Amino acid sequence: MTNLTKTTSTTSPDDSNAPLIPLPPTAARATALAGSAIALAGTFLAWTWSEEFPGNLTVTGYPGGLQTLTLTVALLTLLFTLSGYGIKGLRWLTPGGTNSPVRLLALATLGTTGFTMGAISVVLGGLVNLEPGAWISGTGALIATIGAFALPHDAHGEQPPTGLWERIRHTLKAPAPGTPQKLPGWAEILVITGVFAAGLALFAYGIDIEYPELFIGFLIAVGFAFAALGKAGLLRRLSQLAGTHRKVAMIAALVAAICFPFTQTNDQYALIGAQVLIFATVALGLNVVVGLAGLLDLGYVAFLGVGAYTAALVSGTASSAFDVKFPFWAAALAGAAASLIFGVIIGAPTLRLRGDYLAIVTLGFGEIFRITVLNLNGVTGPDITNGSNGVTNVPDLNILGFDLGIQHDFLGFSLTRSSNYFLLMLLFTVIVVLVFRRSAESRIGRAWVAIREDETAATAMGINAFRLKLLAFALGAALAGFAGSVQAHLGYSVTPEQYQFAGSVAPNSAFLLAAVILGGMGTIAGPLIGAALLYLIPAKLAFMQDYQLVLFGLALILLMRFRPEGLIADRRKKLEFHEHEQQTTPDAPPPGSTTGVAKAGA
Amino acid sequence: MNTMTTTTATTTAVLDASGVTMRFGGLTAVRNVDLTVNAGEIVGLIGPNGAGKTTFFNCLTGLYIPTEGKVSYKGTVLPPKPHLVTQAGIARTFQNIRLFSNMTVLENVLVGRHTRTKEGLFSALLRGPGFKKAEQASHARAMELLEFTGLAHKAKHLARNLPYGEQRKLEIARALASDPGLLLLDEPTAGMNPQETRAAEELVFAIRDMGIAVLVIEHDMRFIFNLSDRVACLVQGEKLVEGTPQVVQADERVVAAYLGTPFEGAPGAEEAAEVQAAEDHAAEDHAAEDQTTEDDADAPSTTRTNRTEGDTP
Ligand SMILES: Nc1ncnc2c1ncn2[C@@H]1O[C@H](COP(=O)(O)OP(=O)(O)OP(=O)(O)O)[C@@H](O)[C@H]1O
Ligand SMILES: [Mg+2]
Repeated sequence: MTNLTKTTSTTSPDDSNAPLIPLPPTAARATALAGSAIALAGTFLAWTWSEEFPGNLTVTGYPGGLQTLTLTVALLTLLFTLSGYGIKGLRWLTPGGTNSPVRLLALATLGTTGFTMGAISVVLGGLVNLEPGAWISGTGALIATIGAFALPHDAHGEQPPTGLWERIRHTLKAPAPGTPQKLPGWAEILVITGVFAAGLALFAYGIDIEYPELFIGFLIAVGFAFAALGKAGLLRRLSQLAGTHRKVAMIAALVAAICFPFTQTNDQYALIGAQVLIFATVALGLNVVVGLAGLLDLGYVAFLGVGAYTAALVSGTASSAFDVKFPFWAAALAGAAASLIFGVIIGAPTLRLRGDYLAIVTLGFGEIFRITVLNLNGVTGPDITNGSNGVTNVPDLNILGFDLGIQHDFLGFSLTRSSNYFLLMLLFTVIVVLVFRRSAESRIGRAWVAIREDETAATAMGINAFRLKLLAFALGAALAGFAGSVQAHLGYSVTPEQYQFAGSVAPNSAFLLAAVILGGMGTIAGPLIGAALLYLIPAKLAFMQDYQLVLFGLALILLMRFRPEGLIADRRKKLEFHEHEQQTTPDAPPPGSTTGVAKAGA
Repeated sequence: MNTMTTTTATTTAVLDASGVTMRFGGLTAVRNVDLTVNAGEIVGLIGPNGAGKTTFFNCLTGLYIPTEGKVSYKGTVLPPKPHLVTQAGIARTFQNIRLFSNMTVLENVLVGRHTRTKEGLFSALLRGPGFKKAEQASHARAMELLEFTGLAHKAKHLARNLPYGEQRKLEIARALASDPGLLLLDEPTAGMNPQETRAAEELVFAIRDMGIAVLVIEHDMRFIFNLSDRVACLVQGEKLVEGTPQVVQADERVVAAYLGTPFEGAPGAEEAAEVQAAEDHAAEDHAAEDQTTEDDADAPSTTRTNRTEGDTP
């Protein structure tokens, strides 16, 4: 679209806007195109000779495993490069930046191919194990990257970046997309449906990955590809679409989630899906407390524990101290109620504290819960929870005659035990999503955000800060309690070790908080995505179990440095495009803030 | 009490503060101040920097618990809790703007409606017709106020993206959203250019015409003397003079207080010496005090608010 102006502006002598690699723009684009085509072609050849490397990369004409990843990202690079040529049917790909997505996709191709080559060499012992196909794809990816970084900048006019790192970051800057041309309503709905179907496919693919090499390659490809889609303006376009058709988007998301168990035949992977869902739901509950009300709760997993223990104790298992068997709905309500009471008991004294103090006290209370259930073992305390053995043999649920413990077959699909629980958990997720959304968009939610923004000003607006904080805390606790009641049945047993501050099994307080922050505070999609990532990465990369917490810390530091708002930016942060509008409109003259200072000091 | 007949006939006291004293350790920021604001009045509060004007406001609105004295609104004594004070009908703005910066302009005003709406969590979750009606009414009222302050076209912008002058206006709109009977403005024109200041003047008159009494702190003398029916001057925490703008303007003690010239028998000078002595005496105490408040004189210290939030009603 604006290629002409971009091309001319790069020929100007001002070399701060010159691309990183000096090439004429046409040559650069041709290089990127050729490189991605070569990388693509290479995936159809054998990359190695031995089937010892997982995924069977030895077949010519049929890409497998890691080759499919390279194939996908190379294809995307090709398409986005073509879009840069202004080819009619492809221009919709790049409403925002044109060249920065190509750069990121070329990096994705280089990353996945390079990683695969490295992995083959390490696994099989040496570069000799690489067949020509791998070298072809690798070279193609390198050429594409060189071409991509020779393409002109998308963003102009800022002060010249200094240093290599700054210059690289500058090459990846992209303008926001302009106002889209209006699609007919049905087409927009179709787009939304397609996107959620793709999302489901991506999630199912990720869960079904069987060996760590492929998962790392998957992360590289998906990470860069999403960054590229963001730079191209597609993600923003999409969130606008989802905003105008909110109901449709929610239903599409729900349908996609319902479809997930039907894509799984292996109970092991369906179990991961169900556990991701529990983790995600609890993270969303925490988001009420942290994201809306701004209360840093470091002991949140205790509420999940209270719910799970309550449900387990009333489940009728022989190892429970109580000889009662509640129907599931009553057990879930009991779990939520117990969590809520625990939340109020903890919240009432601690919520008078602000900031850091609250974090420390909640951290303490979280540990107190764990140690208490450890001690209610009949030796160091009354026998209620069986101490470190936990409440075991929690029976499977039977809801209205539907036994969740066994496999059910419908119309050629089979729902395994974990799939059944996934669908049950999904019901709770929907409830939590609705609770989050409806409370956020109300007088109560606004008061929470006001307290988070400025507690003093909020109280001066007539908000009883303590009461509202307690409400947020109790609501968050109750939501976690609900999720706990499903967790107790899914996992057969409930033990104190499941509810630590930080540990190797995902729903723990540190990971919950990380899921909220990584995904994006105050959003619905954020914690869900954050939780999925934080569950899948450790589950799939079992070999780094020992370094998990180190890597976790490192990842958080990097995130805070480069994307403090999380993967999904808050609705309010999306309003940033108003900032651009404001800067360009002349009707907003900057007031004399200097006179203000002078006057105040007078 | 002060029954000065001004332009309006009504002389019922909206605000009646008597003997308000606020001590921070050895420093007496406000000393035995009496002040009445009658219905339909605009009262100005002036005084040099550090005179205790903002502290006095904080005492009125419950952000600080006054060491001594009591504050009553329309005849009932106010508890020193900010949200109850707002509930009763006193709204305020802050000297250093305290908007909810990551909320939109409209949402800021909607937060101001908090005390005048009742919809609780369950109502929000169930979304019955009552909830929708209340939300709509709140939105309509908020838009009305944005219209009134001239910010309606920016309703969907983030508060932090507004220019300074508009942020001050938004603070006023947000305060008005609680349907107050008395509005306290702390330096509403600080940082404004002359045109904006004039517009602010019109705005304050319009607020008064809506039947809301106004108590305003300001350093801009032209503004305050134009605006006010009555002006009180605070120096070193004590009320020096109170009267019509003409009287206060002519009072040489006021001039002296602003120019800083000590003159014989002036309570200001004595106080200064006394405060200095007290400060020297309790130097260590201050070091501790100052640390909690160094960033923001408006903000109550943490412990203080916590005490304010003593129990739930
Ligand atoms: N929380 C506090 N703790 C200790 N001292 C305080 C506190 N708040 C205010 N003070 C002191 O009280 C005195 C009065 O301050 P105040 O902010 O009320 O002055 P002001 O009249 O509003 O001045 P300005 O015109 O600069 O806004 C100052 O000496 C200030 O340092
Ligand atoms: Mg002040």
